[in-house]
Amino acid sequence: MSKLHVTTTVNGDEVDFLCDPRETLLDCLRDKLNLTGAKEGCGTGDCGACSVTVDGRLVCSCLMLGAEAEGKTIETVEGIADGDVLHPLQQKFIEHAALQCGICTPGILVAAKSLLEKNPNPTEEETRYWLAGNLCRCTGYDKIIRAVMETAEELREAS
Amino acid sequence: MDYHSPASFAEASALAANATGVTRFLAGGTDVLVQLRSELVTPDTLIDIKKIDGVSDITRNADGSWTLGVAATGAEMSEHPELGSDWPGVVEAMDLIGSTQVQGRATLTGNLCNGSPAADSVPAMVAAGVTVSVTGPDGTRDVAVEEIPTGPGKTSLSKGEVISAVKIPARGDNAGDAYLRFIPRTEMDIAVVGVGVSLRLDGDTVTEARVSLGAVAPTVLLVEDCAKAIIGSTLDDAALDALAAAASAACNPIDDKRGTIAFRTEVAGVLAKRAAKIAYARAKGEKA
Repeated sequence: MSKLHVTTTVNGDEVDFLCDPRETLLDCLRDKLNLTGAKEGCGTGDCGACSVTVDGRLVCSCLMLGAEAEGKTIETVEGIADGDVLHPLQQKFIEHAALQCGICTPGILVAAKSLLEKNPNPTEEETRYWLAGNLCRCTGYDKIIRAVMETAEELREAS
Repeated sequence: MDYHSPASFAEASALAANATGVTRFLAGGTDVLVQLRSELVTPDTLIDIKKIDGVSDITRNADGSWTLGVAATGAEMSEHPELGSDWPGVVEAMDLIGSTQVQGRATLTGNLCNGSPAADSVPAMVAAGVTVSVTGPDGTRDVAVEEIPTGPGKTSLSKGEVISAVKIPARGDNAGDAYLRFIPRTEMDIAVVGVGVSLRLDGDTVTEARVSLGAVAPTVLLVEDCAKAIIGSTLDDAALDALAAAASAACNPIDDKRGTIAFRTEVAGVLAKRAAKIAYARAKGEKA
């Protein structure tokens, strides 16, 4: 079985890798590019732990083949902080203790960032629906929602 | 598994026609990749149709009808400034499928070709009178959506045939559509019953109607008796009761942990009434 050569842009850098046609984008990010922020929770698009954006669109990287990433622009949790300076969402997650085990956190950060880029002033209900595809079994979600709502408010004040 | 990304539907059709073993077309992949992962279906040939020109386009034609590319996603449909005002039922049905992440990939055509009797967008498309273009070795033909599914996981498409466009008719005046489903929770579940209704009014009287049921039979149903029950009426209580009775009578559901036969049959009638009322209000120009 021959491997496919894929060229794509991840967090602003052009990268290429060889993959088996059956490998998902998540497999390729983790195993070829050593970007292990995106997690495999379910592998079937139910839990959102593998969330990334592809051409600005929030997707589950487990529901996309590596081969489909050819020519796309991908953003992962590794691209959210600016060097050592955390993104306001990351800072708020720490302040609110909006995580425990941390498995869901990268996916939720990517999903929440995507929400705030699309809608800087979401209601709590909109935020909860947007994040309904990101499962967290530790926090009960409340701290996550508070962290996202407060970040949204601060970003609006700062802009 | 061989992965192909052809540049045209003719090429995609030829690839499928000449392939041996299991062939799957890849649009959004939200079912195909789950089946691959769970080893339910491991294709020998996977044909990604997303590199074909225009497959993500949502176009309003000069006659008011719509042509949707087969890779246009639920998110793109919901974000479209005009599609949802013409066909709110079709858009809301598609939008009920899965999470934000799934909406970023999932397509009407994928939902149809997956062949689930509980597919949310399919009853809405059937009610709306949507047709699909099917490209095969002998050219392209138009097929009504209700003729595509033939049973759970099965379609009428033959070897080498691929859906190449989705065509939604012109909405026209004094008309509205709606889709409702029952699930045991508030979000992200599979329909226990789904009902799509599209109707047109002359004054207060229903002159045209199409009613479709999902998850209550081996395929999505177009129920003519439901349409007959409300055509000529002002959707008064007697007509609504007749509609509910016709919907329940059309049901041939399975009994499982998500809903019993009796429950699905009852709920089909209840949802048909509610969906018809919403479609009627929309046809009157009320925002609902």
